[in-house]
Amino acid sequence: MSTATAPAATGGEPLVAYDDATARYDVVIGLEVHVELGTATKMFDGSSTAFGAEPNTQVSPVSLGLPGALPVVNRTAVEHGIRIGLALDCTIAEMCRFARKNYFYPDMPKNFQTSQYDEPIAADGHLDVVLEDGTPWRVEVERAHLEEDTGKSTHVGGATGRIHGADHSLVDYNRAGIPLVEIVTRPVTGAGARAPEVARAYVAALRDLLRALGVSEARMEQGQMRADVNVSLRPSPDAPLGTRTETKNVNSFRSVERAVRYEVSRQAAVLDAGGSVLQETRHWHEDTGITTSGRVKSDADDYRYFPEPDLVPMTPSRAWVEEVRASLPELPVARRARLQAEWGYSDLEMRDVVNAGLLDVISATVAQGASPAAARKWWGGELARTANAREVEVTALPVGPAEVAELAGLVESGRVTDRMAREVLEGVLAGEGTPTEVVTARGLEVVSDESALVTAVDEALAANPDVAEKIRGGKVQAAGAVVGAVMKATRGAADAKRVRELVLERVGGPQA
Amino acid sequence: MPALSPDDVARLAALARIDLEPAELERLAGELDAVVAAVASVSSVVSDDVPATSHPLPLVDVYREDVVEPSLPAEAVLAGAPAAQDGRFLVPQILEED
Repeated sequence: MSTATAPAATGGEPLVAYDDATARYDVVIGLEVHVELGTATKMFDGSSTAFGAEPNTQVSPVSLGLPGALPVVNRTAVEHGIRIGLALDCTIAEMCRFARKNYFYPDMPKNFQTSQYDEPIAADGHLDVVLEDGTPWRVEVERAHLEEDTGKSTHVGGATGRIHGADHSLVDYNRAGIPLVEIVTRPVTGAGARAPEVARAYVAALRDLLRALGVSEARMEQGQMRADVNVSLRPSPDAPLGTRTETKNVNSFRSVERAVRYEVSRQAAVLDAGGSVLQETRHWHEDTGITTSGRVKSDADDYRYFPEPDLVPMTPSRAWVEEVRASLPELPVARRARLQAEWGYSDLEMRDVVNAGLLDVISATVAQGASPAAARKWWGGELARTANAREVEVTALPVGPAEVAELAGLVESGRVTDRMAREVLEGVLAGEGTPTEVVTARGLEVVSDESALVTAVDEALAANPDVAEKIRGGKVQAAGAVVGAVMKATRGAADAKRVRELVLERVGGPQA
Repeated sequence: MPALSPDDVARLAALARIDLEPAELERLAGELDAVVAAVASVSSVVSDDVPATSHPLPLVDVYREDVVEPSLPAEAVLAGAPAAQDGRFLVPQILEED
């Protein structure tokens, strides 16, 4: 049994080794993911949501919370909410309302956020995810509700850029009022030591789903999707849930996994020392991989929710809901299963393709006529290695599905050998043109002119008279030397199998 | 309906960021209590056949289409700001979290 270790060099709190922590405690996680919807206008007014505009140039009296301004709900945002709810297999509310969440903060000029409280647009669903080793995992979704984003504060004058020590803050309300959907899971139990992996897989699967639905680009690095990660420990799976912490605004898949791991190790140290975990929000530090104490939950969290009097209730008709359901695209999990069946990949092959993010490029390459096996071979092999070496995504390589399909076609038709194809690919990657152009320019085509091959074979046989003797004497494997000589003479541009056949023919010995 | 105590008023005042003296808490407790009592008389007409409502008009499903409208001009936006810098509202140092 290990004890709490000294504080980490990063300045964090005492930690327990992760494996020890999960041996002694049951881990429970929960995730709250905020997604900016890809609508043209804000949730409650017609201001543009386009990214990157000058500060405060995409605002209206509504987004600024000016007195007397009246909000009106964006129909497309509601439809996106319904779409997300249906894709998560939620029940869509027959009647729901917006509520005011009251608090004071400069990035929320109304002094309340218009959100949904006890009547979310969607509730009681789930998302099926697949862990890295292929294990399926169902994450229960408690609710998905509509709300609005806040403005963006920049803190000026502090030494660290963090809020503490800032002299003042500058606020841009372009983001205030952009439609958000917040998706909240139920407590995820039973994952044990795999909880960080489940958290990551869930957020990744949710991102894929949102993109497939066309409701958001869900770029975490741009803040279009942000995860709040709840973690608690308990002595055993039978015990009541422990006190949880909420680590806010975690902005990458990897960080989601790391934040859970860190909190497990930290909370275990607190509990081992006989202490209690504080119910608090925590800040995630990407650079050091630790969380630090934020704000302890207190009376200040009395948000005094009440129904928003400036908006009327929403009663999405069942006809509308069914229309949205009928328009849902094939969802990522179903698509994966279908493609695996169509392509005949093994579970392992499919898992590697998915984990490497190659599903879309392989799909596009197959659509361009390549066989699934060839598409996987090139993307998962040579191209993945090249992308890795160049430290870019495969999709950023100067080779696309069309070129890979063309290359696969050249191999299939026998115009180039597999070995030559690698050289062709090298040429394409070097910007020498399309695969066919590289074949021509580099003179890489297989010599299919029989008479030229026959001449080369005869010359090689003449140069190796002993080989012809051996073959006639039954030692067929001796042909290898002549085949090698021919391949060398043609600079690899011959089909070795055909050369071998020709050698045996010309010698007149036993057929292969 | 229980009476509002000065402590209740102090808590509401803190949530609303209103600084009140003890004497004001006492006085407002009485005044607010009268307001609450007046509103509470609504309860006397509530029966099972009167549904709860959050809005006086029998309206539902009022939406607008997702079509961009012009923004307020930047100078108008900042005209009412006590202080501004670089096209943004300048506000006092914030001591709480993001």
